[in-house]
Amino acid sequence: MADLAAVVGIGQTKYQTKRKDVSIAGLVREAAFNALTDAGLTWDDIDAVVVGKAPDMFEGGIMPELYLTDALGCNGKPMLRVHTAGSVGGSTAIVAASYVQSGMFKRVLTVTYEKQSESNAMWALSNAQPFSPHLNAGAGGFFAPIIREYMRRTNAPYDVGIKVATKDRLHGARNPLAHLQLPNITLKEVEDSPMLWEPLRFLESCPSSDGACALVISNEELAAQSPKKPAWIRGAAMRSEPTMYAGREQVNPQAGIDCAKDVYKQAGITDPRKDLDCAEIYVPFSWYEPMWLENLGFADVGQGWKLTMEGATSLDEKGDIPWNCSGGVLSSNPIGASGMIRFAEAARQVRGDAGDHQVDGAKLAMGHAYGGGAQFFAMWVVGSEKA
Amino acid sequence: MRDIAIVSFVQSDCVRDAGAQNEVELIMPVLRKALDAAGIQSAQDVDFTCSGSCDYLQGAAFAFVSGVDPLGAVPPIKESHVEMDAAWALYEAVLKITMGQAESALVYGFGKSSPGELPIVLSQQLDPYYMAPLWLDSISTAALQARTMLDNGDITEKDMAEVVARSRKNAKSNPHAQLKGDVSVDELLAEPTYLSPLRKHDCCPVSDGACAMVVATVEKAKEWGKPYAVLKGIDHRIESHNFGARDLTQSPSTQAAAKSAGVANGPVEVAEIYAPFSHQEIILKRALGLGDDTVVNPSGGVLAGNLMMASGLSRIGEVAMRIIRGDIKRGIAHATSGHALQQNLVAVLEEA
Amino acid sequence: MSDQNTEALEPITGIEVPVYLDYNFTAGRATARFLTGVKNGKLLGQRCPSCRNVYIPPRGCCAACGVATEEEVELSNKATVESFTIVHIPIPGNPIKPPYVIANLVPDGANISFLHVLSECKNEDVRIGMRVEALWKDASEWDYAMENIQYFRPIDEPDMEVEEIGRLKDA
Repeated sequence: MADLAAVVGIGQTKYQTKRKDVSIAGLVREAAFNALTDAGLTWDDIDAVVVGKAPDMFEGGIMPELYLTDALGCNGKPMLRVHTAGSVGGSTAIVAASYVQSGMFKRVLTVTYEKQSESNAMWALSNAQPFSPHLNAGAGGFFAPIIREYMRRTNAPYDVGIKVATKDRLHGARNPLAHLQLPNITLKEVEDSPMLWEPLRFLESCPSSDGACALVISNEELAAQSPKKPAWIRGAAMRSEPTMYAGREQVNPQAGIDCAKDVYKQAGITDPRKDLDCAEIYVPFSWYEPMWLENLGFADVGQGWKLTMEGATSLDEKGDIPWNCSGGVLSSNPIGASGMIRFAEAARQVRGDAGDHQVDGAKLAMGHAYGGGAQFFAMWVVGSEKA
Repeated sequence: MRDIAIVSFVQSDCVRDAGAQNEVELIMPVLRKALDAAGIQSAQDVDFTCSGSCDYLQGAAFAFVSGVDPLGAVPPIKESHVEMDAAWALYEAVLKITMGQAESALVYGFGKSSPGELPIVLSQQLDPYYMAPLWLDSISTAALQARTMLDNGDITEKDMAEVVARSRKNAKSNPHAQLKGDVSVDELLAEPTYLSPLRKHDCCPVSDGACAMVVATVEKAKEWGKPYAVLKGIDHRIESHNFGARDLTQSPSTQAAAKSAGVANGPVEVAEIYAPFSHQEIILKRALGLGDDTVVNPSGGVLAGNLMMASGLSRIGEVAMRIIRGDIKRGIAHATSGHALQQNLVAVLEEA
Repeated sequence: MSDQNTEALEPITGIEVPVYLDYNFTAGRATARFLTGVKNGKLLGQRCPSCRNVYIPPRGCCAACGVATEEEVELSNKATVESFTIVHIPIPGNPIKPPYVIANLVPDGANISFLHVLSECKNEDVRIGMRVEALWKDASEWDYAMENIQYFRPIDEPDMEVEEIGRLKDA
């Protein structure tokens, strides 16, 4: 049986297009230092460090954790580097938690980041590979046809994505760390933004951000001594499936369904919409909100878009299950960190420490990340209570 | 940690260039053999799968993603990946098993280094602002280390040549080795220097290949009815990235990991050490506290063939297989990552 | 302090360090066979010995079963649109002007789609289930590349039922 573990410190940087004032090491140190400060700890209190980021090619260095050890106070300690594509922020938090849940470590620091401004992620994602046609479609070009198939199956109105994009930016305006600050955004503005990969418009896509996110995770005994309220890890799960195989269900991937079932079972959740108070779900393109509402069991298959349109996921419309109160990936996207930000924001909610985007009385929240061709999933559920 | 049973281990031959085979094609045969040896069908039959690889070896972002293809991951599996040597993937599996989330795991590592110029590619592991722009390659940093040791009087060039001669000799009994044969210390010392003070033979070769391992709880291994070796301890530590802040002639991270893993808790019959350069074997042997009664690198070590991203796991597998075959009762294995032994992992293995 | 000194103290916020690495890329044995087919104007898939599905381009194994694909299957030039997107961003070095259609296409006889460009039709007429065929470049331009197919274009055949696209037919 796994030992109890809790998030006792959370540190984030401000997310923005270019953090010219810091190096990569400066960026990760800022998030790590903020997490230690939040936990009332110093570097010496940390037993191990787990680093995650998306492909090394995004910044051009190989295994950058080797260079980051000095900035993260890790010399003489264990350092592990996770890479599971876009889900890496979530996977890294889960691996870090397992350091503690195994009973082998008391307190670990985990940090994820991306400094996209130091290279060109679009290039790294779709650089010309020999032998395959160079279509410059990027991630949007990969996911847009899947979204179109969702629209065909559900007959969802054309403006569901527009609604999600607007809602998440309004949420983001409540979060001073969010990259995009668009407090006056309107549905019309999103609708009028340039089409990129039909049906996805410019404002229905995530930005490209610099930023880092860090967590301090500790065992039960040390969490009890923590100055601030711990967020107890009530369940954590990962699932993977191949990118392409004959008969693969791409709109509603099995790996996501299985991962959600696993994490709900651990956390004792039978009806996620009812049992959870809020969720931070990886939605880099607007239409992934209704798609994941169905995939994660918040709505029946074919019905996810209705929750979105009814405002069930909106903080401003006082929805019953707010999604991405922090503004989500649509408001900030330092790729390697984006998953951990979801996990961290879920923890902030149950700690009652989410500022202007706090959901009143949140006790149970979910963090979610996905990556690759929507094939790698990482999820956790955190609670204000141990069980 | 709890005791972990290493049930099977398979590695491919170390070859300078695997030719037309891509990574998936390199992985598939070793996976098949490792699963067969454990008496199971696919990744569906273990609770957790973890791999180690490096995108930059083949020069494409998300190169590891295709590594999922040979697993038969339909329905979906619990799976993770480290951008590190697969020895650290094993470490992640140890965490999952110890925390009770898995009773068995499949671990694999793969690397096709031949498409690029490996030492140059690895230059980009260095600090991206101050050192990587100098294109200081991985052989040059090792040469800096060897020079420091020679000038300190810690070792002689003859000591280095002896390491190489023994590696080549031991590799004769290793069917997967790339470089093997009888060569005298005098012959080696007569060779010209390549990157002073290193001679070409002081550096590990570049190899393509993969390896895979199946591990489980001791209870599960007994249920499977397969012989196994027991992983008693495993730990890993990292040191400063700044060469100037390190004493390159020592490996305190190896020393710390060895202490915590319990190397000194019993006799060490065999040590498989991941020393990509001859002088590093001497540093590591000292850091691990090994005496002359320990047989070092009976496989020939990585000087006989270096599967980047898999060599560390291979060291552990080599020792495990010697225990499973009944050749020895206790041994240790070591893995390294980064330039000049920056990061090190130590594992202790015993008979069941 | 003089102006000159103040200027010298301007913080450095970035340096340019281009990274050039040369790779001798290998496609893999299965893909190499596929590309050899493309070089000769043929689309060659590979069948999974276990689930019988046909993969194109073959990548060495059936990702569902985790077993190597061996048996080669020559596929038709005709395909069905599984889904698509209209891209409004130009492709560097490609004469095709945005907005253009990128489609997931399932060639007849295959059970998986690949991405390619769709042309010779109005973007708004493209639909899931639409039947298309490959337009190959002149044979003199053929190389080991999918670009040997200039694009796919619609053909005068009734749309395929969505449920049938890519479905394995009983042999």
